[in-house]
Amino acid sequence: MADLINVIRDWLYNLMISWGASQDLAGFVLQVLGSILVVILCFVIVIALIWVERKLAGRIQDRFGPNRAGPFGIFQSFADIIKIFTKEYVTPTGADKSLFNIAPVLAMASVLAIWAVFPFAINVIGADVNVGVLYIVAIGSFGILAILMAGWSSNNRYALLGASRSVAMLISYEIPMVISLLIPVLLTKSMQLSAIIEAQRPWWFLIVAPTAALFFLISSMAEIGKAPFDLLEAESELVAGYHTEYSGMKFGMFYVAEFLHQYTVGALITIFFLGGWSGPMAASWPILGVVYFFTKTFLVYLVISWIRLSLPRIRIDEMLDLNWKFMIPVSFLNLVVVAVADRILMDLNLARWIYVGVMFALSMGVLLISLAIAGNSKPKVERVQFPTRPVAVSPQSDQSKS
Amino acid sequence: MSLGMLIFLLMVVVTTVAAVAVVTSKKLVNAAMWLMVALFGAAVAFVLLQATYIAVIQILVYIGAIAVLIVYTIMLTRDPDEAQEPGINKQWPIAAVLSLVLFVGLAYFYYTLPQTDVLAPALEGELNAVSLLGQQLVSPNAYVLPFELASVLLLAALIGSIVVAWRK
Repeated sequence: MADLINVIRDWLYNLMISWGASQDLAGFVLQVLGSILVVILCFVIVIALIWVERKLAGRIQDRFGPNRAGPFGIFQSFADIIKIFTKEYVTPTGADKSLFNIAPVLAMASVLAIWAVFPFAINVIGADVNVGVLYIVAIGSFGILAILMAGWSSNNRYALLGASRSVAMLISYEIPMVISLLIPVLLTKSMQLSAIIEAQRPWWFLIVAPTAALFFLISSMAEIGKAPFDLLEAESELVAGYHTEYSGMKFGMFYVAEFLHQYTVGALITIFFLGGWSGPMAASWPILGVVYFFTKTFLVYLVISWIRLSLPRIRIDEMLDLNWKFMIPVSFLNLVVVAVADRILMDLNLARWIYVGVMFALSMGVLLISLAIAGNSKPKVERVQFPTRPVAVSPQSDQSKS
Repeated sequence: MSLGMLIFLLMVVVTTVAAVAVVTSKKLVNAAMWLMVALFGAAVAFVLLQATYIAVIQILVYIGAIAVLIVYTIMLTRDPDEAQEPGINKQWPIAAVLSLVLFVGLAYFYYTLPQTDVLAPALEGELNAVSLLGQQLVSPNAYVLPFELASVLLLAALIGSIVVAWRK
């Protein structure tokens, strides 16, 4: 009972061996089954999350949210799924058909593939590769590619504009994200996800390196493109961004990928800063570890939703300024401070709680000092005033001007 | 035939088809996309050689950075309405001869290598390839000079791009 998942796995393995399968084949079939199970789990989670998100959004904005289909509207997502399956697929004229159809699949795959390396419990790990952190960063780049493909192949200027805006934002926010990810790697001295969780057993990295956790949260929110960073699908400027031309389930795949990405970011924060599966009794009862992992992930998901439902959309120049003029320099400074402090404190051989306390103080010091400096410096505002032009111009006055 | 062999053959076929498609496709963006497939095939080859770190770096650098840069450049510099261009110019015979010479040379070296069907002996003890690589890169006895030279080159490129883009 304590180790339910591995008991089932061993039983299936022995069953296949007794049927006469070779060890290679049995192992391969189990890997395929495991991947399918994780993918199905992700989709089930998304169906539940869409309902939670809409209900939460309703409550925060003083509305009811879905409340017609079933008790508390819990069947609303199923109604939406059935509706989206019956919709027509429209391919715009002049679109690059193959790229147009591959893009949503790639967007979905880039999020799902991250789940391959997640440790759900002490002995429930898909692939415990020794470069887990790099793998997560590398797979994320397929998402950028999918957006670029969708925007270009749609043969629509709004989609292309939205895509280039998205890619500009995703590439720039990847820098502070990767630098914040370096700090758990630095403190663990390994890129293996199971080792990172093992290193957080007594003290979570949220306490050891709070600044890195905050920066990772902010840059991940930019990576998923949700408010306040949702200017890549600003309706009033870009119609709907890179997926303007998509309909039916092709749009649905982008939508589901977006939701799943938000949940995946929750899982990443859980693994890197909240100790992953660790918790009371989790080492001896692996099934409890799975429960802890998903509970923590869900809590982070709720925090992200809460932030995005409370803040308005920021402008594109503010978005770029925040990244290039504040987050990147400060995260580099934080990295240097953490690296030096970690080395010196390790050599001093202090008690663990003193080490954690000093690291926490230094990290918070870096954050507060840079916030104070950024708050006091008045940037030279350089506003380019474009001559205003009325929305509708009569043909005569337009000709006279030119 | 083992599973590894099957994946290897699949990778070879996909990579070769993609590599041919890079040079034969009429639209530049499609050529760039096929290039990504070919580079991904190379990453699969690294995984099959159990060089996970190099495989991940291959994806991160080539697909995450260079391919996106190529697609971006094509999108910014070409008019998407007249993307159809001849895929071949006057220099194709020279290019074909050079590629053929390179291919024959590589094949010759491959066949003259001794014992290509014998597995190398396993390395002794537990070793962490990634941290070993890191130590070699900054060790004065190993590769610190090439590593620093590459950094200087990148810095020069960075400064150069700023100078080019400077608003006078």
